[in-house]
Amino acid sequence: MSKVIINREIVENRWTRVIADAEGGVSVPSEGAILVPYQYWLANREALAGREVAVCFAPDDEPESLPVDANTFSMIACDFPAFTDGRGFSIGRLLRVRYGFTGELRAVGDVFKDTLNYLARCGFTAFDVRADKDINEAIKGIDDFTEFYQSSVDVPNPLFLRRPVAA
Amino acid sequence: MYIYDDYDQKIVDQRVAQYRDQTRRYLAGELTDEEFRPLRLQNGLYIQRHAPMLRVAIPYGHLRSAQVRKLAELARKYDKGYVHFTTRQNVQYNWPALENVPEMLAELATVQMHGIQTSGACIRNTTSDQFAGVAHDEIVDPRPWCEIIRQWSTFHPEFAHLPRKFKIAVNGAVEDRAAVLVHDVGINVKLNEAGEVGFEIFVGGGLGRTPMIGDLIKPWLEPKHLLTYLNAVLRVYNRYGRRDNKYKARIKILVKALTPEVFAAKVEQEWAFEKDGVQTLTEAEIARNHRFFTAPAYETLPVEDAAFTAAKAEHPAFARWVERNVFAHKVAGYAAVTFSLKKTGVPPGDATDAQLEDVANLADRFSFGEVRVSHGQNLILADVKQSELFALWEEAKRIGFATPNIGLLTDLICCPGGDFCALANAKSIPVAQAIQERFDDLDYLFDLGEIDMNMSGCINACGHHHVGNIGILGVDKNNAEYYQITLGGRQGADAKIGKVIGPSFAQDEMPDVMSKIIDVFVAHREGDERFIDVFDRIGAEPFKAKVYEGKPIRKEKADV
Repeated sequence: MSKVIINREIVENRWTRVIADAEGGVSVPSEGAILVPYQYWLANREALAGREVAVCFAPDDEPESLPVDANTFSMIACDFPAFTDGRGFSIGRLLRVRYGFTGELRAVGDVFKDTLNYLARCGFTAFDVRADKDINEAIKGIDDFTEFYQSSVDVPNPLFLRRPVAA
Repeated sequence: MYIYDDYDQKIVDQRVAQYRDQTRRYLAGELTDEEFRPLRLQNGLYIQRHAPMLRVAIPYGHLRSAQVRKLAELARKYDKGYVHFTTRQNVQYNWPALENVPEMLAELATVQMHGIQTSGACIRNTTSDQFAGVAHDEIVDPRPWCEIIRQWSTFHPEFAHLPRKFKIAVNGAVEDRAAVLVHDVGINVKLNEAGEVGFEIFVGGGLGRTPMIGDLIKPWLEPKHLLTYLNAVLRVYNRYGRRDNKYKARIKILVKALTPEVFAAKVEQEWAFEKDGVQTLTEAEIARNHRFFTAPAYETLPVEDAAFTAAKAEHPAFARWVERNVFAHKVAGYAAVTFSLKKTGVPPGDATDAQLEDVANLADRFSFGEVRVSHGQNLILADVKQSELFALWEEAKRIGFATPNIGLLTDLICCPGGDFCALANAKSIPVAQAIQERFDDLDYLFDLGEIDMNMSGCINACGHHHVGNIGILGVDKNNAEYYQITLGGRQGADAKIGKVIGPSFAQDEMPDVMSKIIDVFVAHREGDERFIDVFDRIGAEPFKAKVYEGKPIRKEKADV
C-alpha cells in the first residue's frame, strides 16, 4: 500500500483513487474506500450509496455545485494535474472557508515538496506525494515558511493582526 | 522608506533557504528542468540567451544607498560589472552563474532585497510613480498602499500559480506616471470632496501580444477594503482565466470575454463573501505603513534659490539640464533630479558598479540616502536642495548620468532585445544607439520637444512600444530581423495604443526612417506643438507617405 502525508504524519493510504480512462470510463473496485472523480459521483450517487466514498475535484469543477453539505464526506481531494495549475488552491480555500469542510482535504496529482507549504496554507491537510518523489523529503516542505503576511486557512489572521505594533 | 522588522526579514531569509535547497536538488537531478523552471522564475531567475538572468525586485522603485552599494558589489562579484534597470522598476543581472544565485539572494537579503515574484505566473512587483511623495502634482502618496499590496501579494498561497503573470500599478498624482491603464490592475488613489482617500480600480490593461487599455470596474473603493477586493479580483481570475493558451491567459482576455460589466459583477459577488472579513485593513495597519513614508528632515528654504537662478543664467548647459532632468518638488527650495541612463553609446538602462557606487554616495550627500528607479529606466534623487543642484550636476556629468534628455527622443525606453533575451526576435540596443547617434545634436533634440520613443525586441513588449508616441517593434521575417513602426501611442491618463503604419524596415534603414518621421512632424508643427499633438491633428497618412515614398508597395501582415 502506498504512503500519504496526513496531518503531518506519513501513513498508509487506505483510499483507492479511481481515475477516468482516456475514453472517460470509470472502473470502480468492488470493495474498499474509494476516491472517485466529483463528476462521476454526481452522476452515480445512487449506485455509490452505502460505499465509503470520497470525491476528487478537478481544477474546473466548482465547489459551488456541491448538492450536499461538504461534511457529508470524511475526505475530499483536489487534483493538481500540473502543480502550476493553481485553481485547486482556490477550490481548497473555498471548501474550507466558504463551505465549512472540516474533514481531510487531500492534494493529489503533481504534488511534491515545493508545493506543500502553499497547499497547507490553503487548507490541505493531506498530501498524496507523487510516487517518484521522496515522501520523507517532501514532508519537510510544509514548513518552508513559518511566517506569512496574508490570511490563510491554517493561520486565519493576517500578519497585520498578529504583529505587535509600537504605538 | 519601508524598513523590515523581524517578520519581514524571516520571510526573506526562509525564501533564501528554500531556494538554496531547490537549486541543490535541481543540480543533483532531484528536480527536473520542467519542475525547476516555475520555481526559479518565481525567484527571478531566467535562463537567457547567453547565461541565466537574475531579476531583483525594487518595490515601487525605492532604494536606500546601502542597497545600491550591494547591487554594485554583486555586479562586481557575480556578474560583468554592470546591471540593467527595467521598465518595471526591477534590476537585472545578465551573467550570473546558476550555482551562485542562492548566494546572491543571501547577500541581497542582508539589505532587505530579494528576487521574489519578479517573474513567473504570480503577482509581480508592484510599481508606482517614481516621484511618489515628492511630486508637485501629487494628490495622495501611493507608497503606503503599494507597501500594503507588496505584503499581501508576497507568497500569497492561493495565487502562487495564476494563469499568467499579474502586474499591479498604483498612482496618486494628477499626471499618471505609473501607467495604470496598461496594467492587469491599475489603481488611482483619489480624494473625494470630503477629503477622504479612496481607490479607482481598473482591470485588464496590458501590452504584449494583445495590447489593451484597462477598464474601470470600481470607481470608488474605501481603503480598508483594498485587500479583500483584490482577493476577489484575483480569485475570479485564478479560477476562470484561460489556462489552455498562454497567449490568451492574461486577465485582460477574461475581462473582454465576459465584458467589463460582467467581470465587475463576478468580482462583487465574490467580494461579498470576503468584504469586512479578516483581511479588512485596520486603522492601525494603515497608519503603520504610513509611518514609513513620512517626509525627510526638509529645511525651510525660499521657493527660488538665488544662487541656483544665477547659475542657470550663467551656464546654459546647466539650464538645459535643469529644464529636462529636474522635476518640480512639492516642498519649496527642493527638486527631484533624474539621472539619465540614456547616454548615446550606452545600452539604455545600464549602469556599471562604479556608477552605482557614485550614485549611492551622491544620494547620501544630496538626497537623504535614497535612490529611485523610474519605469522610464532612469535613476532619481528625489529630495535635492536647489542650492545644491549645480554641484550635483557637475557630479552627474562626471559619472555620465547628466545627459539632458529626459522626455526627449533619445530618452527612449528599450528592452535588452536579441543581444541578451532568449525571447527576442530582433536586437534593440544597436537600433537604439543608431537612432541616438542620428539625433545627437542637443539643440535640435531640445527644439523637437517631448517625444516618447519606445522599442521592444519582440511581441512581449517589455519596451512598451505600443504606448510610445513612436513605437518600434522587432519582428522576425524569414529568420531576418526587421522593425515595425507604430505611431500615436501614449501612456498616462489618456493612454492609447499606437497603430502600425505599414511594412517593417531593415535595421540599417531605421535612422533614416526616424529622420523622415521627424521631418514630417517638423514640417507640420505649429509653434511648440508636441509630436503627439501634431500626430493627433494630421493623422498617420502624411507620415506613411513620407516613410514609404519611392518604396515598392508590398503587402505584409501586421504583427500587432
